[in-house]
Amino acid sequence: MTAMKDKLGRPVVVVTGLGVITSLGAGKTDNWAKLTAGESGIRAITRFPTDGLKTKIAGTIDFLPPQSSAAALTECFADLAAEEAITESGIGSRGQFPGPLFLAVPPIELEWPQRLEVGAKSGSNDKVTYADLMRVSDQFPAYHERFLLSSVADHLAEKFGTQGSPISLSTACASGASAIQLGVEAIRRGETDAALCIGTDGSINPEAVIRFSLLSALTTSNDAPQKAARPFAKNRDGFVMAEGAGALVLESYEAATARGARILGVLEGCGEMADAFHRTRSSPDGKPIIGCIANGIKDAGLAPEDIDYVNAHGTSTPENDKMEYLGVSAVFGERMKNVPISSNKSMIGHTLSAAGAVEAVFTLMTLGNQRIPPTINYDIPDPGIPLDVVPHKARDARMAHAISNSFGFGGQNVSLVMGLEPV
Amino acid sequence: MASAQREAWITGIGIVSTLGEGPEAHWQKLMEAHPGADVTTFAPFIVHPLAPINFDAQIPKKGDQRQMENWQRIGSYAAGLALDSAGVKGKTEILSRMDMIVAAGGGERDLSVDSTILSTVPHAANPAATLNERLMGDLRPTLFLAQLSNLMAGNISIVHGVTGSSRTFMGEEASGVDAVRIALSRIVAGQSDIALVGGAYNAERPDLLMLNDFGSFCIKDNYAPVWERGDKGGFALGSLGAFLVLEARDHAEKRGAKPLARLTAVLSDRSNRRPGDLNASLTRLWDKLKDKVKGTGVAVLSGATGASPATAEERKFLESHDGLAVRATGSYVGHGMEPTFPMNVALATVALGHGSLFPPADSTGFERPMSGPLNQVLVTSVGHWRGEGLALVERAG
Repeated sequence: MTAMKDKLGRPVVVVTGLGVITSLGAGKTDNWAKLTAGESGIRAITRFPTDGLKTKIAGTIDFLPPQSSAAALTECFADLAAEEAITESGIGSRGQFPGPLFLAVPPIELEWPQRLEVGAKSGSNDKVTYADLMRVSDQFPAYHERFLLSSVADHLAEKFGTQGSPISLSTACASGASAIQLGVEAIRRGETDAALCIGTDGSINPEAVIRFSLLSALTTSNDAPQKAARPFAKNRDGFVMAEGAGALVLESYEAATARGARILGVLEGCGEMADAFHRTRSSPDGKPIIGCIANGIKDAGLAPEDIDYVNAHGTSTPENDKMEYLGVSAVFGERMKNVPISSNKSMIGHTLSAAGAVEAVFTLMTLGNQRIPPTINYDIPDPGIPLDVVPHKARDARMAHAISNSFGFGGQNVSLVMGLEPV
Repeated sequence: MASAQREAWITGIGIVSTLGEGPEAHWQKLMEAHPGADVTTFAPFIVHPLAPINFDAQIPKKGDQRQMENWQRIGSYAAGLALDSAGVKGKTEILSRMDMIVAAGGGERDLSVDSTILSTVPHAANPAATLNERLMGDLRPTLFLAQLSNLMAGNISIVHGVTGSSRTFMGEEASGVDAVRIALSRIVAGQSDIALVGGAYNAERPDLLMLNDFGSFCIKDNYAPVWERGDKGGFALGSLGAFLVLEARDHAEKRGAKPLARLTAVLSDRSNRRPGDLNASLTRLWDKLKDKVKGTGVAVLSGATGASPATAEERKFLESHDGLAVRATGSYVGHGMEPTFPMNVALATVALGHGSLFPPADSTGFERPMSGPLNQVLVTSVGHWRGEGLALVERAG
């Protein structure tokens, strides 16, 4: 019988349910079909006018009914992904999930339509200041709850009946991975047999796009949206903002086995290391990224040679992809030439707070299907960062263990190691 | 995991508020028992503004200060105080292993840009295009880095070199409770040896006054202590920075660090706040730690916000536990959302260090005097909208 504890005596953490939504579609089936067909979900933004913007494309999710705010959209995506994951898992009962919620969510804030609405209510004709808004703010009671940072998690906790205080977290573009890590840790501590971990992001609105644009982080390849995300290619010139959500039901192997659940994969290890170099840039020596990847593999009780596939952070920014190359090259050495590494972001864009969770879902599906989704748009390889990025076409491969990287502003680095089966 | 349970010590605290900076300034002001607040600057709103701070003392590089807005400066400053207090400032080997959990809200707005947009967009021929144009032209590119919730933690990594790990919890009062709870759980279970945990809040922001006023949660015009706010209730926001260094006892002993207090329990839960929910939630939390609570020398530092009906229900719950001396720190420092709970754990640590409780400041008679030694402090957190928390802080030794 396979051991219920890992080499360090901790409960083995398995995955029994997955859910995902991206610009490619809703649900695992649709996403997997398009992802392995090398399709792009990136398109011109139609949700709002893009006059005057440098970047006019994104991986928006436009096939659902419109919502009045990014907060509501973010909640809607998480809801759908969680529903799919919990249904697949068959855990608990309707509205009664037997574990806590860890939610990676973009910072919730009041948005322009609402701010302008309050401004109009103030009746000031000339100069409108915050003093004017504050005269009438108590006439908008619904905006309190909607724009509290905790409201998305609270509504999900209420609907799915998760236990205890739901945790909303941000580690910027590593948030989704951090949510999973918190779930893994809680199960390892023996606090719970299950956890619902979600990363979600529906924050494509004018100010959000402009903020990233002003930091020169986004591609401006507006004319060919589907070719705009070019991870690891020489002509990569920034990331594409995107929306999505990924949800995972984590369980202790013991509890999952006891209830006869189907095991979809194993969360074997989590690594993290913060970078103190700069607010948006990685330390040039790559030490925090290297340490993060190495920590993840070590936490899984594995060695670098055990890793068969790297699910890259691969944002398509000049800086990230170069630093990620440096990181994986240092950890995997010469062998990296032969380790496939692909970036889901070439097709779905950068789903920001959701990315770590969305890409963990895809990594587990990659292991489960023994098939690697490609990196599309790799037309001009960058000779400075030679990698097997699984260009253009999906590839079948035998894989037992994979690692998914997430790096974010603020020196956030998280790597998750996933396996096919409990060892 | 019970066999592996480790004792956790609080070996450092860093606090700033309207009362000043550091444990002694806070203790003196609390002993003077004159709660109060600024009723003019944001009138009719009331805030507890941050006492004057020389940020240079903890954030030496002006370039770093420029990259931050005040909520981040307050947090980076308080984090530095906590690291100093624990004797680990600049100790690279420890800082590179130190875990960090920050409880933070969202970042500050550029009030002038917002005002320009509010004044021009409604009258523009093409409002959407004008919004884009103004945002593209007027926003400082680096403002985004002063807005992202996780960039308080990011700045603490940069300024103080804390790099073991960095996580940011968002979500008002409960995020502060859960930050301390997770940091403690990880230490107790052996997942972490030493952690920096806390948060900061800048109350002197019209955008936040507005957000809370959407729900009619802000008291206006006249200040009153927390328990004296009547049926309508409400809170006065307060600028706070509060960080703790939590450490496994064996780790602290090995480096010769002394405990300021022991943190023996942090619990949290969520109720939907239907009638009776809050009391049931607090009762569940209480039942989990009541066996640790001794008969005497126990006080409660309440994080009551003043909001209605949460504060009245917390009061009812506390009244049902006869004989506990209660103090609402919000009467003094105001309500600081995310860092409120870490602040109260820190103030409990300060009181335990003095071995006594500060005097009441409540004409309703609910806060009663306490004489004799103080051995344990229960810290409560009842969020103004959601989230319940309870901690037990105990005298060291």
